Amino acid sequence: MSKIRIATTSLAGCFGCHMSFLDMDERLVALLEHVEFNRSPLTDIKHCGPCDIGLIEGAVCNAENVHVLREFRDNCKILIAVGACAINGGVPAMRNHFNLRECLEEAYVNGVGVENPQIPNDVELPLLLDKVHPIHDVVRVDYYLPGCPPSADEFLKILGDLLAGKAPSLPYNLLHYD
Amino acid sequence: MSADTKQNTITIDGQEIPFLAGQTIMDAALAAGVYIPHLCHRQGLTPHGSCKLCVVDIASKSVTACTMPAMAGQQISNNTPALNEARKTITQMLFIEGNHICPSCEKCGDCTLQAMAYHLGMLDGHFPQFFQRREVDASHPTVMLDRDRCILCELCVRASREVDGKNVFDIAGRGTNAHLIVNSTSGKLVDSDLETSDMAAHICPVGAILIKKSGYKVPIGQRTFDLHKVSEIGLEKTILTKVRQPDE
Repeated sequence: MSKIRIATTSLAGCFGCHMSFLDMDERLVALLEHVEFNRSPLTDIKHCGPCDIGLIEGAVCNAENVHVLREFRDNCKILIAVGACAINGGVPAMRNHFNLRECLEEAYVNGVGVENPQIPNDVELPLLLDKVHPIHDVVRVDYYLPGCPPSADEFLKILGDLLAGKAPSLPYNLLHYD
Repeated sequence: MSADTKQNTITIDGQEIPFLAGQTIMDAALAAGVYIPHLCHRQGLTPHGSCKLCVVDIASKSVTACTMPAMAGQQISNNTPALNEARKTITQMLFIEGNHICPSCEKCGDCTLQAMAYHLGMLDGHFPQFFQRREVDASHPTVMLDRDRCILCELCVRASREVDGKNVFDIAGRGTNAHLIVNSTSGKLVDSDLETSDMAAHICPVGAILIKKSGYKVPIGQRTFDLHKVSEIGLEKTILTKVRQPDE
């Protein structure tokens, strides 16, 4: 039987969800008997090919995030919003209380210890969105895996359910938002 | 059970429970150890009926259990999939209307809204986030007011008036403009007569009213709802007793 193909990415996130995924430690070995990774920071594959499951960490804060997210949606049969930022914007969305210029000026012009103050404007830099969005504002999401980060047990539960052909569900003791 | 009291019973999800004259459905249910989800209700304070989580069905009629008087023979549906789904939707709306970023909130693990969402199996906010900008009031030396997390339950409003004998809080505005205000000439907490020992300073079910310098005394993982479910009857009394220790 061919392996289930999984892609993962972090948008406006801290990679904490990916670190938590790796917290499954030796259980990864057993998981890898059933799954293989496509685009992911774990493989360094740069573009998402056709996959069964896409795991999205992080919120949507810039144009590149939108592009990557759409690439995942186009290629993944099942898309899962992983962690607080992907689900409701999380900590990155705390900038939504301020306008973009205020944020940039605070970070690059008026911030404590800033030398040679200037707002970065290189063409290589993805354009920031006016506001930070949860991923379901941009694409259809099939399942949600809350937590900041979700524990390795949560990843194993949701992937285990999907591998078994069941709709994923989290028991009460695994459900948390922090 | 005497014949007299036997007449005074209601039935919740098939379970017959007694009530005393004057009790609401919520009072009778809590006394009998039957959990009806609620956020704006606290025993001893005037029922408010605003959070709508305690809505139960009597025949085909939906009523708030915290305001509906118990009456002999009521056949009440409470813990049903349809009601719990509606409760989850209400909870999702409370989340998306405010700015409930659990990982950055010091109430995390002690928050009744969060525990309610766990109880109802809420995985996401479903609706578009409002991301409203709300005012923080950090003027008071010992109490902090972060309106981002206020769910307008008015527990602080009632506790201040009915228990503390003051009148520190109120709700102003309507609809999405509704917000918690402070009764002082400047509108700031520091100019109100709120004190740390007031029930109003401790009763907030979310992280809107916080006692300063105590947020992380109890580590994450050992907090109220890390150890208990929101459905445990009598928990509210434990929470209030716990947070009202003089050293806090």
